[in-house]
Amino acid sequence: MDSSLLFGFTMIAYILASAIYIGGLLFKTPRLGLAGTCLTWGGVAMHSVATLLRWQESYQIGAGHAPLTNMYESLVFFALCIALTHLFLEHRYKVRMLGAFVLPLAALSMAYASFSPRIDDSIKPLIPALQSNWLIAHVVTCFIGYGAFAVGGALGLVYLLKNSRTPKEEQAAHSLLPGLAAIDELIYKTLIFGFLWLSAGIITGAIWANEAWGTYWSWDPKETWSIITWFLYAITLHVRFTRGWSGTRIAWLSLVGFVAVLFTYFGVNFFLSGLHSYGSS
Amino acid sequence: MSSQQKNPLIEFLASVQLAIFLLFLLATTAIIGTIIPQNAQPALYVEQYGPMAAHFFQLLDIPDMYNSWWFTGLLALFTANLIVCSADRIPRLIRLLRRDNLETTPEQLARYELLRRIDMSLTHPDHNAQLDHLRQFFRKHGWKTQERRKDNGVLLFAQKAPWSRFGVYVVHASILVILAGAVLGSPAFARKVLKQNNFAYKGSIMLPEQGSTDHVISSKGGDPVIDLGFTLRCDHFHIAFYDNGMPKTYRSQLTVLENGKEVLQQDIEVNRPLKYRGVTFYQSSYQPYQDYTVQLRKEPDNIVTSQTIVPARQIQWQEGGISYGIINRERQGEITRRVKIWLHDGEGEATQLWVEMNQETVIERASGKYLLTIKQVYATGLQAAKDPGVWLVYLGCLLMLVGLYIAFFLSHRKLFAFVGTSGSSDLLFAGMTNKNKVQFERIFTRMADKLEQR
Ligand code: HEM
Repeated sequence: MDSSLLFGFTMIAYILASAIYIGGLLFKTPRLGLAGTCLTWGGVAMHSVATLLRWQESYQIGAGHAPLTNMYESLVFFALCIALTHLFLEHRYKVRMLGAFVLPLAALSMAYASFSPRIDDSIKPLIPALQSNWLIAHVVTCFIGYGAFAVGGALGLVYLLKNSRTPKEEQAAHSLLPGLAAIDELIYKTLIFGFLWLSAGIITGAIWANEAWGTYWSWDPKETWSIITWFLYAITLHVRFTRGWSGTRIAWLSLVGFVAVLFTYFGVNFFLSGLHSYGSS
Repeated sequence: MSSQQKNPLIEFLASVQLAIFLLFLLATTAIIGTIIPQNAQPALYVEQYGPMAAHFFQLLDIPDMYNSWWFTGLLALFTANLIVCSADRIPRLIRLLRRDNLETTPEQLARYELLRRIDMSLTHPDHNAQLDHLRQFFRKHGWKTQERRKDNGVLLFAQKAPWSRFGVYVVHASILVILAGAVLGSPAFARKVLKQNNFAYKGSIMLPEQGSTDHVISSKGGDPVIDLGFTLRCDHFHIAFYDNGMPKTYRSQLTVLENGKEVLQQDIEVNRPLKYRGVTFYQSSYQPYQDYTVQLRKEPDNIVTSQTIVPARQIQWQEGGISYGIINRERQGEITRRVKIWLHDGEGEATQLWVEMNQETVIERASGKYLLTIKQVYATGLQAAKDPGVWLVYLGCLLMLVGLYIAFFLSHRKLFAFVGTSGSSDLLFAGMTNKNKVQFERIFTRMADKLEQR
């Protein structure tokens, strides 16, 4: 069995899990949610094995490196981070049905990685600039942060949807979802978690740049957008903590923050030019 | 120090609204430099945006906006904001932490959100037994108690991580440390403020193999020639490729000389720089020359020669009794992969064969055995950086992560237990935290339940 086949199964597992979570929510069947959770766990297990396999395969073709070095590999890892964050929240806060909003993001990331014609899934050897352990530290920290922000964005959406319903409808359609106050608290939790990891990601990136080029910060568009994203989340934390914002406004900020994350991740590659290599492959 | 007689400027600089506004301005203006190319030739702006816009850009320093007067000004204002805001709040926090918690009255406790009234008369009828039990109970759960006897009872108090309230200020201070490091390591600061251009700089060097230098060419501004204070020599440059033609390694062997004496020799690659006396040399580029170094050894005589030659020219090696030269080349761009060597010792046909770069080839002739290695000559391109502020930046980064962890995940928690002496034997058990309320509530409830059971 090779890694790409296993990644294919992983994608199918995430798609099915999304469908089942959504079905469970629409038809108010908590038992479907349990099936969604099992599929997600299965997906994450296959995902991890496939990642290790791909790592090993890269050694077989003489290009040995962790599978975190191009757009394809980062999208796949992004999906893993999203799925893991969801499983953690589900386990810790008993919020299974949020999977209906979160798992589609993981499925989408896998599907985009597999099917987009702009994305090359072959294993390539590393150019000299990428041969650094800081690369692994940088990508892992950034994407744990991105995964948390993705979940935060999805939670923001849930909050806004739930909040826009009249109470009676709400009773009918969303009784399986946590209450508004609980979602608000979860948004805050995912944002601080993401903020810590995004900070670590920016820092490891700076150290790596300094090791490779002698400048820890050069205002390259990707760096600049990552700091813009960081500023946005810093604003969110401050308005919440010092101005007492919560609820709808934080839910919107969480969505806006996630859009900034997406722009930092994709937009910069497609619209702007710079040092980062993910866009070219 | 009362807040009524505050200077309006201080009040302005201490406000969080200003901080939010500045963060917003920094985030939005930073976008400009990701859309409009930075540090390009002036002509480019005229061409792309027209002369009017180009002139306007010039006024606002848009072509180098992250070093412009207004962006630096925003950062300076932000720094002042951060300092004043924290300086305003830290004394208040210290006063809060110094407050005597044992002064808390039962009436105040009764208003706490986390509160349980527990009847202890059944399990521990005696007042002192109750106290002993409570002291042990707290200790067993990892809380160190203080106590004070009051008119109508005894108050036990314990707290955890009061210092965690400083986490936020560790984060704020870390930003100041990073900015201080950035200023200290900035070439502009070295040039304009310290008037000493070799205190901090970024520059580049192009060194041919066997060449040496004692200065670097500054990348930006000021006197372009910066003295290193020692000599750097490039012994070799080596480039290797993967089978698919992608570059695999760029490596330079560098030697540092002080007063003509070799003091350090090291290979550098991308991601593995050389550090010497505060200067770091990074592998950044290379330039192939159309010259070749040939090493020849003749056996069994065991004599050697080494020469740098150009293609299509016949070379004599009298000692070795041969003439040789390069008669053809196989190249990829400027980089030579193989050359065709012609070699003749005056007897019979000349030898012609293709040899790979950097690989020893054996040529058998009537006059002897010739071992030949040929290598293209390169110049290595190095970045040189002297950044005396980088350790501060790294320290600030570490502080930031530690501070964020404290600010987000640790909280200041207090527990109180008041045991009345007179009349009622109710125990007042109360708790308080500054953050992570849900989590602490769970701990509090579990403890209160246990107290009730026995
Ligand atoms: C990018 C820069 C900044 C970062 C990364 C940052 C970070 C933080 C963090 C992580 C917190 C804790 C929030 C929480 O617990 O959820 C915080 C709180 C706070 N920040 Fe900042 N901050 C920044 C800039 C500023 C500035 C310029 C000010 C100046 C007015 C400021 C004022 C405050 C205040 C007043 C608090 C609340 C402190 C308290 O009473 O607990 N921050 N900041």
